[in-house]
Amino acid sequence: MPNAERSPQVALFVTCLVDMFRPEIGFASISLLQQAGCSVEVPERQTCCGQPAFNSGDRASTQDIARQTIEAFDGYEYVVGPSGSCIGMLHHYPELFEATDPWHARAQDLKARAFEITSFLVDVLQFRGIQSEFDGSISYHDSCAGLRELGIKTQPRALLSQVAGLQLSEMDESETCCGFGGTFCVKYPDISNRMVENKTANTAASGAGTLVGGDLGCLLNMAGKLKRQGHEIQTRHVVEILAGQNDLAAIGESEVRRPATAAASPYDLAKQL
Amino acid sequence: MQITSPAFKQSARIALKDASLQKALGNLKAGFPVKRAQAVARLPEFDALRDEARDLKNHILENLDIYLEQFESKVLQQGGHVHWCRSSDDACKTILDICQQVDAKTVTKGKSMVSEEINLNDYLEKNGVTPVETDLGEYILQLRGDHPSHIIAPAIHLNLEDVSEAFHQHHHRPKSSDPAVLMQEAREVLREQFVAADVGITGANFLVAETGSTLIVTNEGNGDLTQTLPKTHIVVTSIEKVVPTLEDMTLFLRLLARSATGQEFTVYNTLSSGPKRSDDQDGPENFHVVLVDNGRSDMLGGELQEMLRCIRCSACMNHCPVYGAVGGHSYGWVYPGPMGSVLTPQMIGIDKAALLPNASTFCGKCESVCPVRIPLPKLMRHWREKEFERHLSPKAVRYGIGGWAFFAKRPRLYRLLSQGSNLALRLLGGKKGLIHRLPLGAGWTDGRDMPAPSGKTFMQQWQAKQQVQQKQQQSPQEQQS
Amino acid sequence: MSRAEIMNNIRRGLGRGEASPEQRAAALARIEARADNLIPQRAQLPRPEQVALFKTMALDAAAELIELDSIEQAPAAIADWLAAQQISELVCASDPALQALDWSALGTINRIERVAQAGDMASLTGSFAGIAETGTLMLHSGSSSPTTLNFLPDNHLVILHESHIVGVYEEAWKRLRSATAGQIPRTVNLITGPSRSADIEQKLQMGAHGPRTLVILLIKE
Repeated sequence: MPNAERSPQVALFVTCLVDMFRPEIGFASISLLQQAGCSVEVPERQTCCGQPAFNSGDRASTQDIARQTIEAFDGYEYVVGPSGSCIGMLHHYPELFEATDPWHARAQDLKARAFEITSFLVDVLQFRGIQSEFDGSISYHDSCAGLRELGIKTQPRALLSQVAGLQLSEMDESETCCGFGGTFCVKYPDISNRMVENKTANTAASGAGTLVGGDLGCLLNMAGKLKRQGHEIQTRHVVEILAGQNDLAAIGESEVRRPATAAASPYDLAKQL
Repeated sequence: MQITSPAFKQSARIALKDASLQKALGNLKAGFPVKRAQAVARLPEFDALRDEARDLKNHILENLDIYLEQFESKVLQQGGHVHWCRSSDDACKTILDICQQVDAKTVTKGKSMVSEEINLNDYLEKNGVTPVETDLGEYILQLRGDHPSHIIAPAIHLNLEDVSEAFHQHHHRPKSSDPAVLMQEAREVLREQFVAADVGITGANFLVAETGSTLIVTNEGNGDLTQTLPKTHIVVTSIEKVVPTLEDMTLFLRLLARSATGQEFTVYNTLSSGPKRSDDQDGPENFHVVLVDNGRSDMLGGELQEMLRCIRCSACMNHCPVYGAVGGHSYGWVYPGPMGSVLTPQMIGIDKAALLPNASTFCGKCESVCPVRIPLPKLMRHWREKEFERHLSPKAVRYGIGGWAFFAKRPRLYRLLSQGSNLALRLLGGKKGLIHRLPLGAGWTDGRDMPAPSGKTFMQQWQAKQQVQQKQQQSPQEQQS
Repeated sequence: MSRAEIMNNIRRGLGRGEASPEQRAAALARIEARADNLIPQRAQLPRPEQVALFKTMALDAAAELIELDSIEQAPAAIADWLAAQQISELVCASDPALQALDWSALGTINRIERVAQAGDMASLTGSFAGIAETGTLMLHSGSSSPTTLNFLPDNHLVILHESHIVGVYEEAWKRLRSATAGQIPRTVNLITGPSRSADIEQKLQMGAHGPRTLVILLIKE
């Protein structure tokens, strides 16, 4: 538990996809953390967690990037990011260094301070003060790294249950990978495409008007597929909804519009595919 | 068996468009994972058993030579034979020798993935011994000249119509599309083979050091008929399958069926210990255990050692979205799915199999269901590192990752790169904010659109805000006016 | 020689030469101890509940169950069952306990003692134990219990005394060790329900290569 006397000092790990594609997720994260009583800073030396190198087998580059990231976040009480995948990568850092290497201890230290944002709000801060409203039904995709490396399943749902007006309509196979997988989606486009097709079919069958998740990589993949298939379903990051950013165009859209709220029955939606 | 692992991508592309295969793969998804989940829910201790199984396998591997020696001495005591084979070739030769010693013309076979691994059937056939597969799935494949696409459900890639056609052609009976009738046909045809065979070859799921026993696990009973009726029983198995005691074997059996088919227990779990005893009324007169290494001992002591815990349950492939999309044959050798993506590079070489450990999103589902908690994604990553170290990775990957890493290590340059890319992507996205065709990114945009950035980078916007704030703090009077 | 090569490679991988005497002694002691691993709670029950669990699990595994008050009732029950299936021959294990029974109830049904042959319609054997945990039968080979009877005939009838039901596999192993003086029989069969296969389109069909029907005659006395 954080010290009740003073506000928790949080460094925001923006993550490179949020930095590049959807800065609003970063600002929503800051807003939520501040609502929860944190003071938030954005360390300037942060870049990427190094996952592309790690998963491509380039251990030397991964180590370099890990050192750089460890230094960027030195001294902060907590490191919080809107991505289970990138925070999960920070949790991999200790395995990059031999136990005798001083960097190993520093990596362990970073790992102990690094949290995905919904997990941080629920598990660390026990925050229950979500103020936002959302008029419509959503379906939640459990992104793999968050789910299986960090145990994130109930936390986003606990927070979403506090959003006024929001209905949760779970899809089948919400825990099945969407096929993004970082470089996987461009190295194996055919397989990735099939996996994301399965995901959009399950999303459509849920009847929800908005698809929500906690990892932008997966969301870009799923939003891109939904758009290509001509679905009306919108895609958003969970923190956008929790922070009440309702005047923001959904991912892959340029104008604000109301999400379709289960206008068609799940059966009809499934049939359209 | 021909190795087609280097053509994984092409095979996968064809598999994805194969309507018949896709229909068959649907049966898998609706079956094993659902039944496993139900079986696990019925056994509250399941995860605790997984922990014990992992620890016990680790203990066994650390003492592998000792337990193998004990197993061997018990088999010998009971009048059996043990043959140690370093390679596939050694194993095939050894088995052929045994067959020739007893002048065998036909051998019945229970399902054995090790026999697939050493390509035994081809070898026996070339040398005048006819192998007859007796597991229903394997039998169907043998009739079709096909190979298993799954380690416990070998014919999972086929539909009823395929089986119906194969039986019609080979059994010369009226064509049926009733699975029960087809199974009855196979039962009748194979019954003659069981009785006529000179040698029966089975695999083994476990080898028990305490008793010198081999254990097979089957639902059909074919393995039992294979090993009980002929005069000679050959067990072809691998060195990592040894366990100390019957109690230890039991720990794994509680996990195996539940992880594999979702059954509480497989129908037949049979221990064989040496040849028939003097007062036994039936059973084989000769008992041979062929212990295959084939690269396994090389896995000890390194990162891949954990893979030797594998008990071949198939849970990893049953739950793998990649396997579920492309099926087992795409992997191009004997072992498919996540466990295959770790084992195949070891057995046929990373130069031929590099595409397999790369064909994973690292979603981690496989590890989450593994009964012996093998960190399959970590081991696949190990192979990617080997590939990278040996400069086998495609140039686009090497240069792409290298170039990107150069920037990621240098925050200032990285900012410039992201700002430039951000701007370029926004321009490509146009008014709609959606990219339909991305130069150099066809892998993405062939199948889906790419959402364009919603504005400048976070860091740009954040710094702009900070500057405004600082200005306001520096000149509060200005702010008031 | 392959054996030496494999052993050397194993030891090299494990970063040692031959195991130290201490390590070897520890591994052998582990075998000797035959210690239990974690045993699920499910079957660790009072006796009557173990029997009830055995029945539930055996039925779940698609075995047929005929409950009898005494072994003397077995011939009539078997005769009824065979008659209903229109089976006219019963191949029996040469088990003294079976031989001792009055088989006149079989009437015209022919009872013979031999190993199984292809084409046999029904066999009758005893069993060594029943395991409640999964409704599993334990049978083993021996002078009066040929293994082929368990697999080749179309229908396998098995006599099991309630007193031979144990909770978990581990209890059955311990009983087996003491009954066979530590010398494991050539074949030990754990049988849970009748033969089956789902190799065609993952649809379960009963009666693949082993018996299509497994009938357990459960004797109370």
